[in-house]
Amino acid sequence: MPVENSNTNLNKTIIKIEDFSFFYGNNQALFGINLNIPEREVTALIGPSGCGKSTLLRSINRMNDLVDEAKHTGKIILQDQDIHDPHLEVISLRKRVGMVFQKSNPFPKSIYENVVFGLRIAGKTNKSDLDEIVERSLKDAALWKEVKDRLKDNALGLSGGQMQRLCIARAIANQPEVLLMDEPCSALDPVATAKIESLIHELKKNYTIVIVTHNMQQASRVSDRTAFLYMGKLIEYDETEKLFTNPKEQQTEDYITGRFG
Amino acid sequence: MALKKHKTAQASGEPMVWMTAMGLSLGILMILGLLALIFYKGLEVFWPKRVAQIEIKTEDGHVQSLIGEIVLKRERSSHKISKKEKSEDIQRELQIFMGNKEALGQAFRFIGQDKIEKISHPQDVIKLERLEYGSAMGVPEAIYETGKPPVLYKIKEPFKKRFEELVKQYKQRWEEIRYIEKHSIGKINIEMEGLTLQKKKLEKESETLSQPSPEIQKQLQEIEKETQTLQNQYQILADQAKALRNKQKGAQLSLKLANGETSKVEFSQILEYYYPNQLTQWQRIKMFFHKIWLFLSQEPREANTEGGVFPALFGTLTMTLLMTIVVVPFGVIAAIYLKEYAKQGFLVRTVRIAVNNLAGVPSIVFGVFGMGFFVYMVGGSIDQLFFSQKLPTPTFGTGGLLWASLTLALLTVPVVIVATEEALGAVSQNIREGALGCGASKWQMIQKIILPASAPGILTGAILAMARGAGEVAPLMLVGVVKLAPTLPINSQFPYIHLDQKFMHLGFHIYDLGFQSPDSEAAKPIVFATTLLLILLVLLLNLGAIILRERLRKKYASGKF
Ligand SMILES: Nc1ncnc2c1ncn2[C@@H]1O[C@H](COP(=O)(O)OP(=O)(O)OP(=O)(O)O)[C@@H](O)[C@H]1O
Ligand SMILES: [Mg+2]
Repeated sequence: MPVENSNTNLNKTIIKIEDFSFFYGNNQALFGINLNIPEREVTALIGPSGCGKSTLLRSINRMNDLVDEAKHTGKIILQDQDIHDPHLEVISLRKRVGMVFQKSNPFPKSIYENVVFGLRIAGKTNKSDLDEIVERSLKDAALWKEVKDRLKDNALGLSGGQMQRLCIARAIANQPEVLLMDEPCSALDPVATAKIESLIHELKKNYTIVIVTHNMQQASRVSDRTAFLYMGKLIEYDETEKLFTNPKEQQTEDYITGRFG
Repeated sequence: MALKKHKTAQASGEPMVWMTAMGLSLGILMILGLLALIFYKGLEVFWPKRVAQIEIKTEDGHVQSLIGEIVLKRERSSHKISKKEKSEDIQRELQIFMGNKEALGQAFRFIGQDKIEKISHPQDVIKLERLEYGSAMGVPEAIYETGKPPVLYKIKEPFKKRFEELVKQYKQRWEEIRYIEKHSIGKINIEMEGLTLQKKKLEKESETLSQPSPEIQKQLQEIEKETQTLQNQYQILADQAKALRNKQKGAQLSLKLANGETSKVEFSQILEYYYPNQLTQWQRIKMFFHKIWLFLSQEPREANTEGGVFPALFGTLTMTLLMTIVVVPFGVIAAIYLKEYAKQGFLVRTVRIAVNNLAGVPSIVFGVFGMGFFVYMVGGSIDQLFFSQKLPTPTFGTGGLLWASLTLALLTVPVVIVATEEALGAVSQNIREGALGCGASKWQMIQKIILPASAPGILTGAILAMARGAGEVAPLMLVGVVKLAPTLPINSQFPYIHLDQKFMHLGFHIYDLGFQSPDSEAAKPIVFATTLLLILLVLLLNLGAIILRERLRKKYASGKF
C-alpha cells in the first residue's frame, strides 16, 4: 500500500547492503558499505566524482558483472534475498531492479517497441495487454500526451528530455520494485530536468528509487534520504533534510557547502 | 605578436593535398575511361549498322566489289608501311564485316583506305541472322520452293509476303522440334534413367537373397513394362521430330553476293532478317533494343560466338545469390562469436588477422581447395552414401552449382566477417546496457537490438561479397563452370533446383570467347557485350542491396555505414 507523506522511518527496508566492497581488478572502488534503502522512498547518492556512486548503484542490479575481473565481498539483499545467490538469475534480478542511465539510450526502434521491449523479452505477446502497459507506462513517465499519436515513429526522433522519459517508461513497463537512476538529468536543460524531478515525485508512490546526482539542490529537492560517499566509503547516511541542514561529519559539510568536489 | 603572413608551401601541406587529389582523379579517370570504352563497345554491337558496298582496286587493276559493315577504322601499324608513303589514306585501314562465312571463307577483312574506289549503300541489301555460319548479307534474288515457281524479288509485294510467311513458318517448326527434342524427350530420358537405377537396385538386392523372391521379380517385370511404354513414347516423339525436320527442307532464298556469285540460304536457317539500308531511325532504334533482347534471352549458338548469353546470365545470377545466401549467415555468425562471445585476447587477435589475410589469398587457391575438399571429399562421400547406384557416374562428386557457390562463399566470407564485426562494434555500450538493464539475456540483446542496429553494416559486407563473388572466374573453372551447359540449374524438372548441375557463367564466358574461341574476330563484339552485361549485373545486384540497406537504415536510423 502506498504511503504518502508519512514519517519515512516507518517504511520497511527493501535493499540491505551489508559490508559491501567492490574491486575493479586490484583497484578497490568500494570499502565496506553498509546501507539500508527503504521502500517507496527516494534515496540519493552524492559525492565527488570518482567516489564510487555509479559503482554502488550498478552493483544493485549487477550491471558490474559485465566488467572483466570485477569482484566483490559482502552482501546486497533485496527483499530478504541475496542478489548474488547463484540460484537467482541475473535476468530476473534486472527485471525487478530497473535502471535509467545517465545518457538516455532508447533503442533504434519505434517508441512502442521501446516500451514493450522488456515484456517481449519476457515472452508477453498479448496485444491488448501490451497496449495497456504502453499507455500506463508512458502516462507514468509523463510522456503519453506528447507521443500518443506517434507511437510507431522511431524513438530516435524524440528530444533529449523525451528520450530520457521514454527510458524511464521502458524501465517501469517491467514493473520493477526498485528503479536505479544514474544522473538522469545531467544531459538535460532545466525545463526537462524539472519535468523529470516531478516525475520522480510521482513515481515514488509506487517504486523505490535510488538516484545518483551531482546536483546538491536536486538531491535536496527530490530525495527523502541521502548517502554521502567519499573515496569509496560511505561517510554519512541520513534523512535528506538532516544531512543537508545538520551534517554530522566534517567531510559531508565540506562537500555540501562546496568546499571541495 | 605579429602573425606570419605567408606560410611556406611545405607547412600548409598544399603540395601534398594536390598530390593526393591528383592520385584520386587519375584513378577515377582510368575507371571512367574503362567503363566508357566497355559501354561504347558493348552497346555498339547491337546497333544495326548500314551495309556498305565497297569497290576496291586490285593489284592488277581490276575492280572488285564487296559488301559489309564497316566495323573499325584504324591507323595501320607503322612497321608495315615505308616512310615515303605518308599520305593519310595509306596510313588508315578499314575492317569490314562481310558475313557469308561459308561462301567467302572469312567473315572479316581489312582494306587499306587508299585501295577504295567507291562506297555506296545499296537499298536492297538484306541481312540475315542464321542458325549456322553467322550472318549473311546480299541482295535477295528469289525464293525457290520445290514444286513451285520461284518468287522473284523484283515483284516486291508478293515476295515480301511470301518471305515473311516462310520465315515465320520455319521458325515455328524449328521451335516445335526443339521443344520435342529438348523438353519432351529429355523428360522421358530422365524417367528412363530413374527406372534403370531402380532396376539396378532391385537386381543387387536379389543377388544378396539365397532364393529368388517373387516380390522382386514382380517389381522387375513392372519396371520392364514401364520401360517399354516409355520407349514407345520415345519412338513416337522421335518420329514426330523427324517428320518435322523433313518438312524443314525445301525452301531456299537465293542471295546475290557482292562478288557476283549466288548463295542459297535454307529458310530453316533464317532466324532474323532486316534491310539495313532501308531502316528509318526509329526502326533502327527498335531493332537495336530487339537485338539486345535477343542477346539477353537466347541461348548461345556456334561455340558461343553467336546467339545470346541467357544461360550464362542465369547461371551467374543463381550462383551469386546462392553464394550470398550461404555467406551472409555464416559470416555473421562467425563475427558475432568473434566480437561478442570470444574472450578478447591473443587467440582472437590471431584469428582476426588470419581472417583478414584470407581475403588476400589468390582466388585460384580457393578453387583448388574447393575441388579437393568440396568436390572430391564431400561430394565423393555424398555419392557413396546416397547415389551409389549411379556410380561410377558422379552426381555431387563433380563440380556443380552448390560447390561453386560454397567455394565462392569461402572466398568472400572474410569480407562479411570484417564488415559485420565493424558494424557490431559500432553499436554503443550504452544501448547494450540499456537492453541488459531491461532484463534481456546476452543472446536476446544481440538478437533484438544489436543485429537490427547493425543490419546496414552487415548488408554493406554482403554487397562487397557479392561484387567480389560475381566477378570471380578462376576458382569457378575448377568447381563447376562449363563452356556450354545443356540445361539451366533451375528448371521445370523435379527437384527444380539442381545443385549438382554444372552451369554457365558470364565471367567464364568472356574468358572462353576471348581467349579460347577459334574465331576471335567474330567473338570480339560478344566479348564486349558480355563484359558490359557482367558489369551491369554486378551493379544491379549492388543497387538492390543498397536500396535494401537504405530502407533498413531509415528504419533503425542509427547506423553510420
Ligand atoms: N570499468 C571500470 N574498470 C576499472 N575501474 C573502474 C571502472 N569503472 C569505474 N572504475 C573506477 O572506480 C572508481 C569509482 O568509479 P565510479 O564510476 O563509481 O565513480 P562515480 O562516483 O560514479 O563518479 P562520477 O560522478 O564521475 O560518475 C573510480 O576510481 C573509477 O576509476
Ligand atoms: Mg558515475
